Order: sequence, then C-alpha cells, then structure tokens
Amino acid sequence: MKGDLRFRLAIGTIAMLLVVLVAAIGAELTRQSWLSIEKFGLRFWTTRTWDPVAGTFGALPFIWGTLYSSILALLIATPIALGIAVSISELSPGWLKNPLVFLTELLAAIPSIVYGLWGIFVLVPLVRQLELHTPEALKALPLFTGPPFGIGMLSAALILAVMVIPFTSAIAREVLKTVPAAQREAAYALGATRFEAIRAAMFFARTGIVGAVMLGFGRALGETMAVTMVIGNSPQVTTSLFAQQHTMAAVIANEFTEATDDLYLHALIEIGLVLFIITLIVNAASRVLIWAMSRTGTARAVAAPRVAAAARA
Amino acid sequence: MLTRWIATPVSALALIVTAACGGGTAANNGAPDANKTVQINGAGATFPAPIYSKWFADYAKAHPDVAINYQPIGSGGGVRQLTAQTVFFGASDSPMTDEQLKAAPGPVLHVPMVLGADVPVYNLAGITDLKFTGPLLADIYLGKIKKWNDAAIATLNPGVKLPATDIAVAHRSDASGTTFIWVDFLSKVSPEWKMTVGASAAVNWPVGVGGKGNDGVAGIVSQTPGAIGYVELTYALQNDIAFGSVQNAAGEFVKASPDAVSKAAAGATIPDDFRVSITNAPGAGAYPISSFTWLLLYQQPSDTQRAKLMVDFARWALTEGQKYAAGLHYAPVPDSVVQRELTALATIKVS
Repeated sequence: MKGDLRFRLAIGTIAMLLVVLVAAIGAELTRQSWLSIEKFGLRFWTTRTWDPVAGTFGALPFIWGTLYSSILALLIATPIALGIAVSISELSPGWLKNPLVFLTELLAAIPSIVYGLWGIFVLVPLVRQLELHTPEALKALPLFTGPPFGIGMLSAALILAVMVIPFTSAIAREVLKTVPAAQREAAYALGATRFEAIRAAMFFARTGIVGAVMLGFGRALGETMAVTMVIGNSPQVTTSLFAQQHTMAAVIANEFTEATDDLYLHALIEIGLVLFIITLIVNAASRVLIWAMSRTGTARAVAAPRVAAAARA
Repeated sequence: MLTRWIATPVSALALIVTAACGGGTAANNGAPDANKTVQINGAGATFPAPIYSKWFADYAKAHPDVAINYQPIGSGGGVRQLTAQTVFFGASDSPMTDEQLKAAPGPVLHVPMVLGADVPVYNLAGITDLKFTGPLLADIYLGKIKKWNDAAIATLNPGVKLPATDIAVAHRSDASGTTFIWVDFLSKVSPEWKMTVGASAAVNWPVGVGGKGNDGVAGIVSQTPGAIGYVELTYALQNDIAFGSVQNAAGEFVKASPDAVSKAAAGATIPDDFRVSITNAPGAGAYPISSFTWLLLYQQPSDTQRAKLMVDFARWALTEGQKYAAGLHYAPVPDSVVQRELTALATIKVS
C-alpha cells in the first residue's frame, strides 16, 4: 500500500512536470516577445507588413502560409496515407506487407534537409513544367495566377504531403490492426462485400484515424527546412498555388540569427508564440473532434465508459 | 523494484540538469589556469568563418597555450552574446549601431579582418558578360525594370542580344551580411531604394523569390531562365559561377576580384572607429559592392590576460594571417588600413 502511494506520487510528479514545462514555454515566449506584444497588440495577427528596416511587423502572411500549406498537404496526403494503411492491413498478401511497411517508414526517416534538396533539384523543375503547361483558361482562376517559378506554394504542399504520409499511414495501420477480427467476420457473415467490410472496419477505427490525420497536420505545421527551401519565402497572402509564400517556422529559422535590434527579435519570438498558440488550438480541436465522434458512436463505445465508471465506484 | 522505478526518471532528470549547467559554464570563461591551455570563446558572423577557422587552427599550432573557439551563429547572435558577455569576442558583417554600442557594458573596438563582396549573377543563355550600374540594379530589385531587353540594360550593353523575357528576381530569404552589403549599396546609389526599402540584414523586398543561403539563390538563378540574383564573391569563385561587372563611383565597370575589393577599402575614407560602409567607394579599380567583416573586442575587458592573447592573435591575423585570404577567395585588408588597426589594437587594456 505504502509502495503504491509512493509510486503514484512519483509518476504524478513526472506528469505534472510536463504540464509545468508547457506552461513555462508559453510564459517564456510571452516574456521574450513582450516589446512586440506591447507595440502591436492584436494587430500583429492581422497586418501584412514585415519590414525589419522600418520596425513594422505583422504576422498574417506567415500564419496564412503555414495554415494554407499544411491544409493543402493534408488534403493531398490523407487519401494516399489511408490508402496505404488499408492496403497494407487489409488487402496485401503476407509477403508484400513487410516490404511495404518498411518502405513507408523509411520515408519518415529521411532528414528534412534531404527532402528540401530533392525538392529543389527534382520536384521544383517538374512543378515548373507543370506551371508552364497550365492552360490559359485555368490561369484565370485565383488558384493558378503568377509567373511559373516552380518554387512556391504548390511545391511546398507536395513536399509536405510526402513527409506527412508515413506518419498518418503508420498510425492508421496500427489502428486498423486493433479492429477485432470479429468485426470483419460479422460483416462478411451479414453478406458484406470486401469494400463494405473494410468500410465497417474503418468506421470502427475512426477516432484513431482522425488522430492519425491530426498528427500529420501537426507535423506539417512545424516543418521548417524542407518548406523554406521550396516555398520562395515571400510574405504575401494569396490563394495562388504558384505564388511564393512564407511560413512561421521558416521566417524564424531564416531571420533569427541576424536579428540585431530588440523589437525585431521580440517580433520573431512572438511568431514562435503564435505558432505555439495555433498548435495548441489545433490539438485541442482534434481532441474535441475525437471526443464528439466517440460519443456518437456505437452502443459499445457509449457503454464502455459507463462500465469503467461503475467498476471504479 | 520500486526504487528502480523512481530512480530511472530521477537520474535522467539529473543528467539533463547537469547537461544544462555544463552548457552554462562552458560559455563563461572561468579564471585561466597558468599551466593549461587558455580557452577563448567567440561567436558571430558565418561569412568569415572559413578563414577564422583556418587562422585559429594555424595559430594554435604555433601557440599551444591558447585555443580559440569560434561559433558561427550569425552576426546578430554574435553582437547579442558579446553584449551579454557570454563570449569573449564577437564578429559581425555589419558594424554595431550606436544603440547597440550604448547597450554594451563597455566600449567595443571594431577590427576589420578581411573583405568580402557581392556579385550579380544571372541566367541568360549565351550571354556571359553583362554590365550593370547601381541605379539599374536598384530599379530591377524595385520591380521597375521588368524585361531583359529594357532600354536601360540595352544602352549599357551594346552589341548584346538581350531577350524579351521577364526578369525573375532572386534574393536571400535568410537574414545575412550578404544581403546587408547588397541593399546598403542599392541605398547609396538609389534615393528611391533608400526611401522605400532601406538597408538591413533582412528587408521588405518589393519583388522576387527568396532562396536560403548562397546556394539557395544560386540554385534559383541557375534553374530559372531570365533570373537575376546576388551571391558572395567567395561563393561565386569557388563554384565557378559567371557574374556581371558593376559600375563604380569613378564610372568604370569593374568585375569583382579580391584585388578590386581590396582597392575599395584603400579608396574609402575610414574613420578611427573603423565602423564604415565601403560600398560605392571612390578610387580607380574599386569594386563597389564590397565590405569589411569585423572582429569585436572590448576595449577595457576585465580579463586582461585573455585580452592580451586575443590582441596578439589579431596582430598576427592582420599581418602574417592575411596571406591565407587569397587562397580562400577573401580580399586582404590593404596595408594602409592594417597599420591603423595595429595602432588601435594597442589601446586595448591588457596585462
């Protein structure tokens, strides 16, 4: 009994340390960016000028660039990653499974600077060809305006998608593995086709799959090196996939070392604070989403917490 | 069992704490031990890092009692760490501003060590030797001149068949001394640039694509037909990249070379504190987009023993050490300036 209490205290302290650490990071970021917070207030989130010479700083283009590139990457990566996960866990014959798992996980092990170099030398020239051959009719759309540099939002989104795929697919695969065989057998027993049985399994695993997608989103939000090498690093707010844009992580990495005056430095650290806050919001939102999904789930999912509560009482 | 559960995370924590403290003490220079090698820590600009490493390594061979550690963390970081006194000396590609000097705990001496320069690079098939003027470069970077066959470019380059393609402007995305030299030059030759953009290690670019580092800019230029960019002279020479010539204050078109860069330093009027921009310097043969890179030393340091070692090193680097410059594609500081620097170094309080 006494040992139990000590164990609980020790583990509790370690868990609390994590909470304290997150709070301390938030507090320190706020302290270090105080000059900028004081001077620009909420305007920092909504203005577009980033001029270190004049000392005017607005983070909107960086917030836009980060969210836009990450969401685009997610739109490209999610179907592919889920496809990989389903194919590995449900469809592939045994001899193909391990090589496929190994290869997708290998993607996660490649350093982001290598992705960046691959982006500059392979992906960007391909994207430039694509942009050069975009039909004039499409160029009238706000998605495809601007000169064909190759470097820009499209290249960044594609490279991010490749980087996100192994994370999302690995977790989705593990989640699908946890679906009890009885679920699939029951579906087949009821006369379901293979597609319907897989759909049932995915429905069973949906909270885990959403978690997998959100992890990929978090990965995309924070990626710095590969993005800065192909996005063009030009702070502007535009929906064009061909335009050069900028991200929060990239501007910090690019300008922190040479930021000499205090306000400039504080503005850069405030960008870090903004990224921190946005990451917190994204994580909280995904929690809420998962919670809402598991509430409206099957009777089993609703019953499980009740049983657990009863057991505790 | 229980003790092991608790002991593992606790010892891990202890390790982290020790590591953090270790980092702190390494930056603080403890009292030097007379019998041992004296460690001197410095940090700052990345641009001169290759020649600094060469100097520190060679100097340590001849003087085993002193080991100089240099961290190329960027000019901004160098100035900040010098001000916070976490390093003994700093290094920067742009001189400290009056405000920064005021914020420092004591007077700081700027010691120019070598020179660097920026060159314009471009991607036009078959055209190898374009001429540029300062105002022309400023107008291109302001987005006012958009086509390669613009009259302003054509009149400077008679006989060159310029294509009617768009000019794709490339610049550095990371804040850097290279950018500072480039925009400092543009500010001097174009009143409009000075008014609307100004000079700093990072600016609010009116047009263009940002590439990370010299290699990023060179990559964009080499892959994009019709692109123009700027890179360090050392980078262009090491990688055999063709670049254009630029008109200097005397009206000559000069192709950058270590010799032409040294001439810019010889032609410029240099104040006693050495805080000077030598872009657009007067004098025959001077390359206009040139700059010093400075070592930053406290004039009245509390640790006079280290100060003596550092001053000895600086004397050596400015005299014998200059011969390494050409091999690494830097331009050596001209003798007239070196003589004045040696006098200035004598004002540092040493034991």
